[in-house]
Amino acid sequence: LSRIGDELYLEPTESGLSLRAVNSSRSAFASFLFAPLFFQLYDPGIDGPDAEVFRCKVHMKSFLGIFRSLPSLEKSVGKCLILLKPNASHLVLQLHCKYGVTKTHNLAFQECERLQAVFDIQSCASRLCAPARVLVEAVVHFPPTLAEVTLGTGAGGKISLRNYVEDEAEQSKTMVTELWLAEDEFQSVAVSPGSHITFCLKEFRGLLSFAEASNLPLTIHFDEPGRPVVFTLDDTVLEVHLVLATLSDLESNSQAPSTNGVSHLATPSDDFADDLESYMAAMETSEAGEGGPPSPTFPLHTPQPAESNPEEEEEEEEGAVPGTPPHKKFRSLFFGSLMTPGRPGPSTTQEVLAEDSDGEC
Amino acid sequence: MPFSAQPPASGERYALSASLDNARHLSSLLRAVHFQDHATCFATALGLRVTVEDAKCIQANAFIQAEIFQEFSVQEELVMFRISLSVLLDCLTIFGTSSLPGTSTALRMCYRGYGYPLMLFLEEGGVVTVCKINTQEPDELLDFDFCSTNVVNKIILQSEGLREAFAELDMTSEVLEITMSPDKPYFRLSTFGNAGSAHLDYPRDSDLMEAFHCNETQKNRYKISLLKPSTKALALSCKVSIRTDAQGFLSLQYMIRNEDGQLCFVEYYCCPDEIITEAEL
Repeated sequence: LSRIGDELYLEPTESGLSLRAVNSSRSAFASFLFAPLFFQLYDPGIDGPDAEVFRCKVHMKSFLGIFRSLPSLEKSVGKCLILLKPNASHLVLQLHCKYGVTKTHNLAFQECERLQAVFDIQSCASRLCAPARVLVEAVVHFPPTLAEVTLGTGAGGKISLRNYVEDEAEQSKTMVTELWLAEDEFQSVAVSPGSHITFCLKEFRGLLSFAEASNLPLTIHFDEPGRPVVFTLDDTVLEVHLVLATLSDLESNSQAPSTNGVSHLATPSDDFADDLESYMAAMETSEAGEGGPPSPTFPLHTPQPAESNPEEEEEEEEGAVPGTPPHKKFRSLFFGSLMTPGRPGPSTTQEVLAEDSDGEC
Repeated sequence: MPFSAQPPASGERYALSASLDNARHLSSLLRAVHFQDHATCFATALGLRVTVEDAKCIQANAFIQAEIFQEFSVQEELVMFRISLSVLLDCLTIFGTSSLPGTSTALRMCYRGYGYPLMLFLEEGGVVTVCKINTQEPDELLDFDFCSTNVVNKIILQSEGLREAFAELDMTSEVLEITMSPDKPYFRLSTFGNAGSAHLDYPRDSDLMEAFHCNETQKNRYKISLLKPSTKALALSCKVSIRTDAQGFLSLQYMIRNEDGQLCFVEYYCCPDEIITEAEL
């Protein structure tokens, strides 16, 4: 999770403790759901169906600092207690160590709204499942600094992985690595042929290491370029999702971008690719329907639960509070564009709303 | 490998002369108190003491008894000089710091007296190095006046239990707070850093606790930057004694067993950052 974001979101639910993170450009989201059975004791403190769920976020570094040295943790720590009392000012993490020694950390936290990327695995046209090892061995061929990789489906059920070179002109100057995996390397392949997606490899590597260490098969759900790719890991006590934005295709211009949809989202911290709005349109499905332009003002109240796709998670909101931090507006939105901070702007653009210096039409 | 010393020329008398088969017995101990560039050396018939101070708040002493040396002779009652500890350590480890089994650097140390440099003869594998380190006028040192009769609380812990704690201290905290009490939490180390507070509790019946004599509840804070260097001494030691007096002054005494199984001691004294009286607790 620390490879994704600087803040760790904690949400205790009836179905377990959920730990989440999102990156600064909102193009990557990950959640780890630990079922109650994972714990020796699990009390989410939810009394009744109407009880308010407590959510908070802490600094990722502070949280990780408590579990600094894994080998020494394994050697000397017996139990870990995570405790939040009502009206407490700190989140308590207590490690019960050898020799009766107790290490108690009181972490400052911030209450927060629910962090949830909106995605629908069921609507993904393609699905791949492979042991983590296969993907680790594939990815090792790419340099550690490689930002994006393209996953494609070819003839005969073969799957390809290729590094993504953004600038056409540079193609002849950069080394291109492409590798093909046969269908039988995967545990299951259910893909629509000729499809491909480009996503950020760096953020994926974090999950891949976890999958390898925990020896769990990795499932990749994807659809058209521009729609998010979802990586999942499943275990009896753990459910992991990593949702990454994918680059939209220059060719697939099927959805007319709408200015309305994006304008209210132009907050100072975001540079949008216009391929965003085609995705956004899909996002606002619960109310606006498919494909049409999203409503001009971002609904600060969540869509009614009855209308939302049952596959999508419920979003409970308390409504807008003036002066809430800007990111709260994005709590239910997942951006389809691939944004790498520091770059002038994604090079594949359709109609650019927020023009960058290299804007192509 | 025993080193046959160059005998002093007739008529010359050295205020201090000592021989040590394994210079590491001295260098490792000196490293445990090396948090300042300069140190004051004291030599008496009992042995060598090296003192380092900082900020008029903290003092560390390394003791190497005469028995540790193969030869130790002091001509005056007390020989005292100030010297660059960094240079002294560099010279003692001139053949390298890695300890290959079976090899050791032999040392001969000579000091003629006031105004003369400290001479070191170091030999390893037939190669001899001669070092001359200038000495200075000794500074006035702090006297913590920490005597056993003033001790309010004392515990002796096996170092193993504290090593990790000290190495992982939250350095964003300005202070290290030490609580010693006959009641819970018995012995607690606390930091108050950017991420929040952290408390490390050692119960009185822990296997690590060799002795527990706490008479009253005391909570004292010490500047963490001053105490952090003591981690080196902790790493070398097998046991540590932690004592506080009525003013909250802290004494840490580390028992160190060297490669030959001989015992040496390093102690740290530190004054409290603020004194929290029992009434304020």
